[in-house]
Amino acid sequence: MTATAGNLAIEASNLVKVFGATRAVNGVDLTVPSGGVYGFLGPNGAGKTTTIRMLATLLRPDGGHARVLGHDIVREADTVRGLVSLTGQFASVDEELTGLENLVLLGRLYGYSWAQAKRRTNDLLGAFGLADAADRLVKHYSGGMRRRLDIAASIVVTPELMFLDEPTTGLDPRSRNQVWDIVRALVAGGTTVLLTTQYLDEADQLADRMAVIDHGAIIVEGTPSELKAAVGSGTLHVRVHDPAQRDEAERLLIESLRVPVHREADPAALSARVADPARVAHALGELSHAGVDVSHFALGQPSLDEVFLALTGHPAETYGAGETAEESAA
Amino acid sequence: MTTTETRPVAEGDLRSVLASRNRPARPSALSASLTFGWRALLKIKHVPEQLFDVTVFPVLFLLMFTYLFGGALAGSTSEYLQWVLPGILVMTVVMITLYTGVALNTDITKGVFDRFKSLPVWRPAPLAGALLGDAVRYTLASTMVIVLGLVLGFRPENGAGGVLLAVVLLLVFCYSLSWLWTLLGLLLRTPNSVMGVSMMVMFPGTFLSNIFVDPQTMPGWLRAFVDVNPVSHLVTAIRGLMHGGVTTGQIVSVLMASAVMVLLFAPITMYLYRNRK
Ligand SMILES: Nc1ncnc2c1ncn2[C@@H]1O[C@H](COP(=O)(O)OP(=O)(O)O)[C@@H](O)[C@H]1O
Ligand SMILES: [Mg+2]
Repeated sequence: MTATAGNLAIEASNLVKVFGATRAVNGVDLTVPSGGVYGFLGPNGAGKTTTIRMLATLLRPDGGHARVLGHDIVREADTVRGLVSLTGQFASVDEELTGLENLVLLGRLYGYSWAQAKRRTNDLLGAFGLADAADRLVKHYSGGMRRRLDIAASIVVTPELMFLDEPTTGLDPRSRNQVWDIVRALVAGGTTVLLTTQYLDEADQLADRMAVIDHGAIIVEGTPSELKAAVGSGTLHVRVHDPAQRDEAERLLIESLRVPVHREADPAALSARVADPARVAHALGELSHAGVDVSHFALGQPSLDEVFLALTGHPAETYGAGETAEESAA
Repeated sequence: MTTTETRPVAEGDLRSVLASRNRPARPSALSASLTFGWRALLKIKHVPEQLFDVTVFPVLFLLMFTYLFGGALAGSTSEYLQWVLPGILVMTVVMITLYTGVALNTDITKGVFDRFKSLPVWRPAPLAGALLGDAVRYTLASTMVIVLGLVLGFRPENGAGGVLLAVVLLLVFCYSLSWLWTLLGLLLRTPNSVMGVSMMVMFPGTFLSNIFVDPQTMPGWLRAFVDVNPVSHLVTAIRGLMHGGVTTGQIVSVLMASAVMVLLFAPITMYLYRNRK
């Protein structure tokens, strides 16, 4: 164990945290290698935040052990705190100060001189595209700017390990891309990133390995491709022009996709979980060949709900809107 | 998706920022506290309302009581002003102490506090820094009330020295009281509930005192409360310091009340502060 400890950013065994009657984290085992992005996927209330708050020493575990960068999170909490940083789910910057003041304040608290803190602040604001907003109060920032400042605040001193808690939830696609760029740059700089998310798509884009958490426990661990292979590649939604043709469409889809097809509440709509996206083109060809007029189709990325259905046999209980890559044929 | 040119994140700059693995030495307790004090000053600069929205009531009361009831209560408005101004000063600054708890709770609910907790600094530094900011707020508010009083015709018999000592005594009391609000700030869920609960303590605490009228005319049960209310003792001592006639006993009773508040609330507050969640 000591031989591998140096290469592991996190090794946690049987972590437990109880809030009153809720077992928020119920025996989490986690092994995160150094370098790269580790994705932590789960629906709202699964225990993601609680787990990483324990790992970042902000919460004391009620059971189990964890070492972060080789240091025990309870006995060597101060050492761990010096090496990691956490960007919370909700921006934790001070809204009543300017962006510049926020970062200078943190620079001073990390031990920089005033001059060093100002220099570091200017470098960070420049790199995060916030130089123009430096003297504006944070309460006037957009969501994306706030999120970038929040991440900048976490790297006033470059951490060895960075926890990012749902960094893109609630952001528009452009801001989300910016956050992804930042994550990639962090990793290129040698920082290990543990990122929680509700989107399989996001984990797929960024993570080298990932774990899925539900009800406070890890239900599966692996690379995003392994997970996707287990889940299937998504759901095909088809809407026929004339509801009278739905039965025929259903028969044709079952034949060509060889999976069960669901009849939606909408009398013209059908959906099917597909394992192989290549079959979709074939299936649509069959419909057109048979004269079934399709008014709309979409191949969605597997949503978190579908991931959960496939992995656990039950849907994620609280579940935010999934990402759907839509293509329309009209 | 060719949004590269509109992305404001400068990747080259970002790489070089991240390449710096400089780890400065941990700041001293004093330096960290002063930095938090600087933060409190910045907040006064950006949100000056925090000085005004709670002082506006005492100032209105000052004007209203002096000109509306002053003649009836003390024979003349000018005489009443001499009597009521020290009380209004106490009311104003005591009201402002509320913000200590509200500000702390805001930091907690907004997550700023989490970030501070994860810094390698002396643990009580955020609280110590807040005290520095409080000193500035209390002094500014005191100055405002006293200057307004002087303009209206307030003439303290003990002169500037007496006023200064009175303000010092007031600050000691308010610092001690602010431990209670800090405690509430850590205990309650939202800044609004901190404000609400504090007001529930504060209104009877300031009105059921000798700020506006001499308790001589009050019914016995009310007088009993007014006479033990520490705010009454504070007001009496401050009147004595400004106009003469203060006794050692009066000052000692204020200091005792302050000490009791600190001994009662500070340990609980520090316990909650260390063990939150
Ligand atoms: N401070 C707390 N007090 C009580 N319950 C909490 C607290 N924090 C989290 N919980 C509960 O613990 C569970 C896990 O929450 P959390 O870790 O925030 O999940 P996630 O980040 O995956 O959405 C939820 O049921 C939540 O309601
Ligand atoms: Mg969460």
